[in-house]
Amino acid sequence: MDHKAEDYFLAGRALGPMVFLLSLFGTNMTAFTILGSAGHAFANGVVTFGLMASSSAFVIPLTLFFVGTRMWALGQRHGFMTSVQMFRDRWECGHIGTVIFVVQAVLLVPYIIIGVMGGGTALRAITGGVVPYWLGGAIVALVVMSYVFFGGMRGTAWVNTFQTVLFLSFGAVALVVIGRGMGGFPAVIESLLASPTTAPLLTRERFSTLAFFSYTFIPLSTIAFPHITIFCLTARRVAQFKRTVVFYPLCILAIWLPCVFLGVAANAMRDVPRISSKLEARQTLASAPASMPADDRATLRRQAAGDDVVPIMLEQYAPLWLAGILGAGIMAAVMASDSQILALSTMFTEDVFAFYGGKTRFGERIQVQTGRLFVVILTLIAYAVAMRAPQGIFDLAVQYGFSGYSALSVLFFAALFWKRSTKWGALAVALWVAGAVVYSATTPGALAWFGLMPVVPMTIVAAVLMVVVSQLTRSPGRDTLARYGM
Amino acid sequence: MTTRALAVAAAIALLYALHQDVWFWRTARPLVFGFLPIGLAYHGAYCIAAALLMWILTKVAWPQHLEDASIQRESER
Repeated sequence: MDHKAEDYFLAGRALGPMVFLLSLFGTNMTAFTILGSAGHAFANGVVTFGLMASSSAFVIPLTLFFVGTRMWALGQRHGFMTSVQMFRDRWECGHIGTVIFVVQAVLLVPYIIIGVMGGGTALRAITGGVVPYWLGGAIVALVVMSYVFFGGMRGTAWVNTFQTVLFLSFGAVALVVIGRGMGGFPAVIESLLASPTTAPLLTRERFSTLAFFSYTFIPLSTIAFPHITIFCLTARRVAQFKRTVVFYPLCILAIWLPCVFLGVAANAMRDVPRISSKLEARQTLASAPASMPADDRATLRRQAAGDDVVPIMLEQYAPLWLAGILGAGIMAAVMASDSQILALSTMFTEDVFAFYGGKTRFGERIQVQTGRLFVVILTLIAYAVAMRAPQGIFDLAVQYGFSGYSALSVLFFAALFWKRSTKWGALAVALWVAGAVVYSATTPGALAWFGLMPVVPMTIVAAVLMVVVSQLTRSPGRDTLARYGM
Repeated sequence: MTTRALAVAAAIALLYALHQDVWFWRTARPLVFGFLPIGLAYHGAYCIAAALLMWILTKVAWPQHLEDASIQRESER
């Protein structure tokens, strides 16, 4: 058994129940959750909570219940450390597993990049612009790289636990303090309702019901994200999933609701210059003629973006000690890219380095060192790209990462619950997802069938391809199926 | 499919359908606790319902065989 590698990459498969729950939740609570959700709510209103939070509160625990527990059991039984190892074994394939690895890895990189971007945004906002964007991103990248390098899974698990505890403990306090500072939330909401420009933010009238429905497919991505699948393997006992799936929706409620509500409430801070300039930019953008140059439009969009409204509110209304504590929590959340970096490192060393003979040739110690080197290189690349990336946190994450991973979840359900599934079906799914992500990212309006978001056709077509191609090809042998209880 | 499995599937499908609350689409009022728009409060309550459903699932549909196998393996080590 792979003890050194298991210890570094999976914390020895021995995380206790509380750390497992809090860290799994924290792993999912990225810069996107804290800053992106408030920013999205600032621009779009209360719809943000239904779009991402309540659908996640239902779908994520459900997938952990049905898929996460089984992945855990297979990891215990066969020593798997990544999902690709399971796919290779389940579907009796080698290089097709490599194709799945490449698709998973390429889709994960944008998610890592938003962590660095979030770091730049958060530090700039918390320090009132003293720390510039490029330096904030560099600090976050360096800190993450250091503790992932030295601490592996244990390091990331404890950082994620720390951030979850901070937010659960002080998030509600901040909400009350900010509410008082703003003159009470009832007055804030009434003032928003009184203005025709802000009243629609308190309903969903500007949002299509089909797009809202589409968002329920997005949380399917969670179980397919390598860092979540790998995290499922770290529990000491499967019983730890019980508490996790029950408390997960409550943690989402406790953390997302304040973020979304504060994002909406920030629209009432018209007397704060940094907020009023955003509102003006939004207004200009809304009334801009169609002939406005794309660059000007992008500049206005950047000015109107609300990713920093929560730090601004903390700075404005919270006492220094509370702003400091929550600022530390936000920074810990921003560093949630740690899990993704470690996951990619685990995948590279297990699915490529070890699979193609590296471990046999060079030994386990070199394998772990290779994983560490991969962490450094990946972080540097993510930083370089983040400094040039033009899009907002929310768009980038949804467009590339979430939709693709939602469609990839088909692989997990097929592998675990459908004995007739084959490696060729898996290959068809992986190639479809890769092509569909590139197509939808490069062609405006692509795959937005019948008013749905691309994630819906991407996932449904992936499922159809899995069924049709599997039916046309030979399924794995009886021995393999028996090992999977089929 | 057993009656219990059907009931579990029906409960999951029902909660999934309840996410699409078109009935609170165009209204902010009533404001729950005096400040929470009804659509937002509904989805907050939805999270609590999801936790409740998950608790029920751990009671009636828990994959006990995975736990038994794990305990057996641990004792063999």
